[in-house]
Amino acid sequence: MLSSYLTMAAILFCIGLYGALAKRNAVVVLLCIELMLNAVNLNLIAFSKYGVVPSLTGQIFSLFTITVAAAEVAVGIAILIALFRSRGTVEIDEFDEMRR
Amino acid sequence: MFNIEVTGEFVAFFVFAVIIISGAVLMVSFTKVVHMVISLAAVFLGLAGMFVLLEAEFVAFVQVLIYAGAVSILMVFGIMMTKHQAMQDEPKRPVHEALSAIAALCLFGILFYAIRITELSVPEQFQAGEDNTMEIGKLLYTGYVIPFELVSVLLTVAFIGAIVIAKKEAD
Repeated sequence: MLSSYLTMAAILFCIGLYGALAKRNAVVVLLCIELMLNAVNLNLIAFSKYGVVPSLTGQIFSLFTITVAAAEVAVGIAILIALFRSRGTVEIDEFDEMRR
Repeated sequence: MFNIEVTGEFVAFFVFAVIIISGAVLMVSFTKVVHMVISLAAVFLGLAGMFVLLEAEFVAFVQVLIYAGAVSILMVFGIMMTKHQAMQDEPKRPVHEALSAIAALCLFGILFYAIRITELSVPEQFQAGEDNTMEIGKLLYTGYVIPFELVSVLLTVAFIGAIVIAKKEAD
């Protein structure tokens, strides 16, 4: 049963990776990063039940991950709003002045 | 390899897996950003159900509260604040998208191979305790006090920073 959960998390992570690489809207890229973080949470909780040493530590770790992800979303949205206010767009390939 | 007996857990896992994967695939294929957020909320709810299957009830409810509630609403606000007619325009870079898909598929192949060849030992039975929330609370306030306090500092700093960044300048 553990391998099914791990495969599930791998599928979710890869869909999130594809979205984060291929999408142009920065809000959508943030959504896809959330998807990848959720896949990691699923792995942690699956190992906390079916791992070699099952314990509650995996659930504690996933709680910390959820907290950090919430902080990341708040700061990310704030940065996007500030960027939109100064540049008028949220397309990520418009933000390339550090490359020139 | 595929001699899985059909138990209740397997059926529930299958249902939640279908919800999660279809939500995720719809999310990357929708064109309107608001529809993407809705399907992402479906993914979060399916994941919460899967956490209940894994006897992590407290984390499941935290998932519903934080992700399906707060993060989805925050994303909707982000869409409203940035672009009103939020549409993903048609893909104009097919090479880039194909390369991204190939990278994701390669990563999935590697992960799937690693999962298949690993000897996953059958563990001893998981003692979840009678009250999942109480056990997590005890562990959080005995063994993980310092990370817990550090996370509270991190949250405060992040939210103050978010307010400062998003505030209108020059007033």
